[in-house]
Amino acid sequence: MSIAAAAGFVEAQGMASRRARVLSPWRRHAWLAALALTAFLASFDTLMPWASSYPKGWVLHIERAITDGVKWLLKDASFGLFTFKDMTRGLGAALDAPMVALKGLLATGFTVPLGGESVLNLPPVSWLGVIAIFTCAALHIGERRLALFIAASFFYVALIGLWESTMLTFASIIVAVLLGVALGILLGIASWRLAWLDRLLTPLFDFMQTMPVFAYLVPALMLFGYGPAGALVVTLIYAMPPMARVTRLALDHVPEETREFGRMAGCTRRQMTWRIMLPSSRARLMVGVNQVIMLTLNMVIIASMIGAGGLGYDVWQALKALRIGQGAEAGLAITLVAIVLDRLSQRYAARRPRHEDRRMTLAVRNRFLLAAVAIAVVTTASSPWLPALAVLPDDLTVSSGRFWDGIVEWLNVHLGSAIGAVRDAAFNYLLKPVKNFMLALPWLGVVLTVAAVGLRFGGLRLALLAGGLIAFMAVVGLWTQAMISAYLVGVCVVLASLAGLGIGIAAAHNDRLHGVVQIVIDTLQTLPAFVYLIPVIMLFGVGDFAAMIAITLYAVVPAIRYTDSGIRQVPERLVEAARAMGCTRFQVLRRVELPLALPDIMLGLNQTLMMGLSMLVITALVGTRDLGQETLIALSKVDPGRGLTAGICVAFMAIAADRIIQTWAREKRRQLGIATGGAGV
Amino acid sequence: MRKVLRGAAMAAMAGLITYGGWSATATADVPETDEEIKLVIMGYSGDNIIMYIYGGLLEKLGYNVEYVPADYLGQFAGIEAGDLHIGSPGWDTTAKAALEAAWATGDVLNMGDMGIAVNEDWWYPLYVKESCPGLPNWEALKNPDCVAALATAETSPKARFLSGPIEWGGHDAERIEALGLDFEVIHAGSDGALTAEFVGAMQRQDAIVGWTWEPFWLSALYEGEFVEWPAYDDACYDDPSWGPNSDMAFDCGRPNGFMWKTAWAGGEAIWPKAYDVLRQYQLDSKTMGEMVYRADVDGVPTEQVAADWIAANEATWKPWLD
Repeated sequence: MSIAAAAGFVEAQGMASRRARVLSPWRRHAWLAALALTAFLASFDTLMPWASSYPKGWVLHIERAITDGVKWLLKDASFGLFTFKDMTRGLGAALDAPMVALKGLLATGFTVPLGGESVLNLPPVSWLGVIAIFTCAALHIGERRLALFIAASFFYVALIGLWESTMLTFASIIVAVLLGVALGILLGIASWRLAWLDRLLTPLFDFMQTMPVFAYLVPALMLFGYGPAGALVVTLIYAMPPMARVTRLALDHVPEETREFGRMAGCTRRQMTWRIMLPSSRARLMVGVNQVIMLTLNMVIIASMIGAGGLGYDVWQALKALRIGQGAEAGLAITLVAIVLDRLSQRYAARRPRHEDRRMTLAVRNRFLLAAVAIAVVTTASSPWLPALAVLPDDLTVSSGRFWDGIVEWLNVHLGSAIGAVRDAAFNYLLKPVKNFMLALPWLGVVLTVAAVGLRFGGLRLALLAGGLIAFMAVVGLWTQAMISAYLVGVCVVLASLAGLGIGIAAAHNDRLHGVVQIVIDTLQTLPAFVYLIPVIMLFGVGDFAAMIAITLYAVVPAIRYTDSGIRQVPERLVEAARAMGCTRFQVLRRVELPLALPDIMLGLNQTLMMGLSMLVITALVGTRDLGQETLIALSKVDPGRGLTAGICVAFMAIAADRIIQTWAREKRRQLGIATGGAGV
Repeated sequence: MRKVLRGAAMAAMAGLITYGGWSATATADVPETDEEIKLVIMGYSGDNIIMYIYGGLLEKLGYNVEYVPADYLGQFAGIEAGDLHIGSPGWDTTAKAALEAAWATGDVLNMGDMGIAVNEDWWYPLYVKESCPGLPNWEALKNPDCVAALATAETSPKARFLSGPIEWGGHDAERIEALGLDFEVIHAGSDGALTAEFVGAMQRQDAIVGWTWEPFWLSALYEGEFVEWPAYDDACYDDPSWGPNSDMAFDCGRPNGFMWKTAWAGGEAIWPKAYDVLRQYQLDSKTMGEMVYRADVDGVPTEQVAADWIAANEATWKPWLD
């Protein structure tokens, strides 16, 4: 049967290409005409100078209107009884409350006024208690190896003397993740039910995920308060959308039989949603939870710049003084927090309901939890008398100190000339030519080419949308910065995709490599970019090359992840069948695995692009002169309109690319006869 | 923050229940309230020391002090809204626009300067003199060999001047043009990137000229000098006919700047004595340089450096508190 299946598949592929939608010739070749026009405009730029470089007089200064709008919102907007700002401030205070409570529990303790001058000082849960609780939580769900990992991670942060910072970060992360997940699920359900809301939220989520945070930092802080609450809002803006998207997608994929069952059981609509549909899409929802955790930890550094403190501040402070080792130690603690939270929540959700042994009493079944509570209570209650239980004493902590700084210096001194040669070659033969090429392109040609590509894959609507979004950058006078961003992200996305494809293919065929790669990409996704960016600058200098390394390292993660999982999801029987037909390994890869995994790979590419664009914030900090830089300048000039305009350009670039890739991937899936959906986060 | 934590831990150590009651203070009605007063810390040793000294003095008066980590330019939004109360001093050279915008709102007070003159200018490590004989005089930068030594792949054939983030300003492109130098300004996007590039180049002994300032650990830790320009004069920036180039402005060095203390306007009524202390609080450049050196070169924690200064200089701060 397998041979027949494979033969059928190969046949179907041939059919698919023949069956492809018949496009009118002009629509199929419009992009050629657009390219020709671009080349023409570029070579004869005196003929129609307005089409080559956008005339200054035509620039629409929307940033002024935006600044006025923001000022109005901050100062004058009112609902009569209270102002808009009062409302957001109240919301900020409400968000602050759970965070303060959790921070008190984990890090700072509580001071309870007893009336008059006397106060009751309650200590925070001792460090041994925290370790016991999380380790036993893993043991309770039967995960011994995870328990070991959690204990080791927490001992590590205690040992390097970062316990207090880690608990501060941990507290704010837990609140952010819980809120992000809850809000995401609610919005996901709402947009699944209401089509108009879905149409409204989809572009809004695109904005939230791609707009550089510096663009809206000041207005957000003014509205929600400087400090943990403001940091929480900024974090939610960035980290919540994947949860909502995943929820919406998951609800779409609940099998009809499951819903039928719910209807037969006489569920109300509410019961249907909460008792049937959400629990049955648990596996998909956990993908969203994973993304919320990872993205929340991504914001830790920026949150620390606006008063959230914790590990982000430790990293930032160490790197400001170029203490690379200390920065890396704190950065690693952030990564460990992310992995602990992620694995614990994933395993907890994946746990199968167990058949309970009736002979075991409640106490025996919950022995690990009881033990954890006992340890926590005893160590915490005695911590006021035994300070070593409150905080590990300084003389017991260790630090790699200047060890890593020494390694970087050694590399720099001994391999400096070779490294310099690589950098100069990359700059002269790759970065500089591409940059000059992109900057020389006539704006009208670029707009029309993008529109023509949209026409080819989608239709008139997509063409108008994509072309319009790109034209916006010229209209607001940010064409040059936009082109520099496009060049930088473009080069990096190509590099990251090639590397990601290669590594992903290798990892899909080798389980041991797969394990190693997983650890590396989890680390890359959560380790603050500055931890590796500072040594990169010391070795390679500031500028586009350092930015390229940072963007590529970050953007390669989804390219690897999606390629790996895409190939792994190719049905085993098809691969076997192809082998039985005498295909070589390379032929199996080329003829069966890659075509079938292509939609996944394309979505990975889409995410690579998004990640690349989201790194523009960080690369602006190493001296690129792109849209990210524009948001930083606006921040220092206290000009929210300028920052938001640049931020909108980044979001538009992302949306244009996303729509084209998604449409293309959907079409491809249809041709291959694969159900839509999957990893469309 | 950490200090608060340690304080909390120590209080807890003494027993679960402790009785409040502030240490004896100069005036009976200070502190006016036990409402927390929030001081910005930015993570630089110099600025942290300034804030820890001030916070230490407030604690002597019995105030409830909290240190909040915040970003240099981002802090003004927090002060304006009253979420933060005392700002970390803003430098004339790098935060002028943000300072003026903040003061103009009326919600942020200008609390005077810190008494510390800050020097921000073109700086080079000493070994650059081998490629550019004649330094620190600026005319040495015109030497073609010097230009070649300072050129990078990005700027070649011109020499590179490594500037700070673009928003710091500095008029260096104008200065280069007015003085006829063969340089191009390359911006490091952040102070972290700037110092990383500097230290990397100095480890390799590559020639480099860039933006550095005093008091700062880089200029304290590594041997180097500031370029000497035609001395700054107000007329130089406004009047093209002034200076060596009679057709252009900016043909001179940079003005020296100051560090400005800022505070939230609404706090004046809540903690009047603390605001009074802040207005009087001043340090001098030499003391500041020594403290920064202790923190960055000797590795003494900034809290400790601040506490030591308070212990050794009672004669200086006593009058501020009275």
